[in-house]
Order: sequence, then C-alpha cells, then structure tokens
Amino acid sequence: MFDLTGKAALVTGATGGIGGAIAQALHAQGATVAISGTRREVLDGFAAKLGERVHVLPCNLSSKDDVEALVPAAEAAMGQVDILIANAGITRDNLFVQLRDEDWDDVIAVNLTATFRLARAATKLMMRKRFGRIIAITSIVGVTGNPGQGNYTASKAGIIGLIKTLGAEYAKRGVTANCIAPGFIKTPMTDALNDKQRETILAKVPAARLGTPEDIAAAAVYLASNEAPTSPDRRFTSTAGWP
Amino acid sequence: MSEIGERVKKIVVEHLGVEPEKVVDSASFIDDLGADSLDTVELVMAFEEEFGCEIPDDAAETILTVGDATKFLEKNAKS
Repeated sequence: MFDLTGKAALVTGATGGIGGAIAQALHAQGATVAISGTRREVLDGFAAKLGERVHVLPCNLSSKDDVEALVPAAEAAMGQVDILIANAGITRDNLFVQLRDEDWDDVIAVNLTATFRLARAATKLMMRKRFGRIIAITSIVGVTGNPGQGNYTASKAGIIGLIKTLGAEYAKRGVTANCIAPGFIKTPMTDALNDKQRETILAKVPAARLGTPEDIAAAAVYLASNEAPTSPDRRFTSTAGWP
Repeated sequence: MSEIGERVKKIVVEHLGVEPEKVVDSASFIDDLGADSLDTVELVMAFEEEFGCEIPDDAAETILTVGDATKFLEKNAKS
C-alpha cells in the first residue's frame, strides 16, 4: 500500500518544514521528486540528503515567468508530473486595517495565484495520462479566520474553492484534487509565535500539542497514492483536535 | 476521405468511444457524439499532439464538427 515507485512528484516550498517532510515522505515511498524553493543552496543540501531520484528546481513563486516555467521544467527533468504538492506559502501578518496593499498582493500572488497556475499546467499533463494527484496545502485558518491574517486566511480559503472545483472537473479523468488544512504545526513559521500566542493556541487544542510536519506528510502520501479515493474534494484537516 | 480525415476520425473514435460509422464530417462533437466541453478541450489537445501544430483558443472555438477539425488540420498540420 501507498507505494509510489515510478511516480514523479513536484513539491513547492520544499525547504520549509511541511514541504520538506512531504518531499521526504514521497521519496521514501519510492517517488522521484522535484524539489522547489527559493533558496538554491538549501535545496541542494536537501537533495544530497535524499540521494537518488531527486531534482532541484529553484523557483520564485511571486514571478509569473518562474511559475509558468516550473511544471514544464519538472516534466523535462522527470519525464512526467504525476503528483503536484502546492505547498509553498508566505505570511505578511498585520491587523486588518493596517494591512498594506503590497502585503495583500504578495500573499495572494504566492499562495493563491501560483497555486492556480501550477495546478492548471499540471492538470493539462495529468488529464492526458488519466492519472494525477493535485494536493494543496491550505490551512485551518482558511476556514476559521484568524486575527492578524486577513490576507493569509483569504489566500488559503481561495485554495479550498479552487481545489474543490478542480477535483469536480477532472475526477472522470483520473485526476484528484485535495487540500490538507494543517492546524498549528511545529515549523519555522509557527516558531515565530510568542509564548503567549502559543499558550492561547494550545489551550484550544484538545491534544495540547502542536502537530508535526510528519503528520501532514503522512496525509499527503495517502492522498498521492493509488489507494486514495477518486471521489473529488475531500478536505483533510490535521489540527490535533482543534477547532 | 483524406489521410488527415482518417487520422482525425481515429482520434475521435478513441477519445469519445463512439462507433466509427457515426464519425462523419457533419457530426457535431457535442450534439451528435456525446462530448462534453472538457472532451472537446481534450480532443483539441489530442489533435495538437497528433498533427504537431498549435490550435489557438479562438480557432478551437470554431471547431465544432469532425469536418471542421479536418478542414483546419488540412491547412495547419505539421506532421
């Protein structure tokens, strides 16, 4: 079960906590992986750690040209793209009335628009092959809202709508589209929280712990596998019980 | 039927899973052959692959029947 031998996966944000764990887990299940991110040297180090079946594809997701080139580059490197993990995301937190236009534009561009463009390009390849797995990492705050994250929560809610539509349109072509909506996961992004914020969050989590990137990676492996259900728009959450 | 016409017909039969005798020049992909809008997008992609040419969106919109496709490809096919 969950064997990914012979499958080719493109993972964005692979230098991050969750993206790295997903790339590693897909690779461990036998997939060839193309790891993408902005920091070339970190990607190279990660690739060296993984060993064979790895391609490094640096990409700046705020650049339209970079985004449009990424799926073709992954196809050129691996011969195909069976699995797309649209994971990369940024935050530019501020109180709603103090959010600047560029905070809004940057977050929407990287989190939502790049996801759209990558999924569009990947779906074109996948529908020809009658197999594809699009997995987008959204966030539980895209459903709940979160003070200080008007831009981020909007981008993540947008991903959920996009993925549900994609799943419904291409289900008959063997292409599934799913979201994973992590709760608070221990990563550099949440390490930036102060103690008070962390306490407030943990008070709401029945398991009283932050999730781990490996929790999310396990869900991604399942959704990427042949065993995943072909019915569209399953939204998975991993929140250790909250909300 | 021209050689290109035969190749078009073969692609349509394979993609839509229809009887070869239904695939005549006047047959509309959607009205006569049961294609949905996504099927027509896929057909255009398959034509592009088979004939090594690009079919721009505005041209694709005018390809409604088997004959339309054959006519377009007789002019534009590169392979």
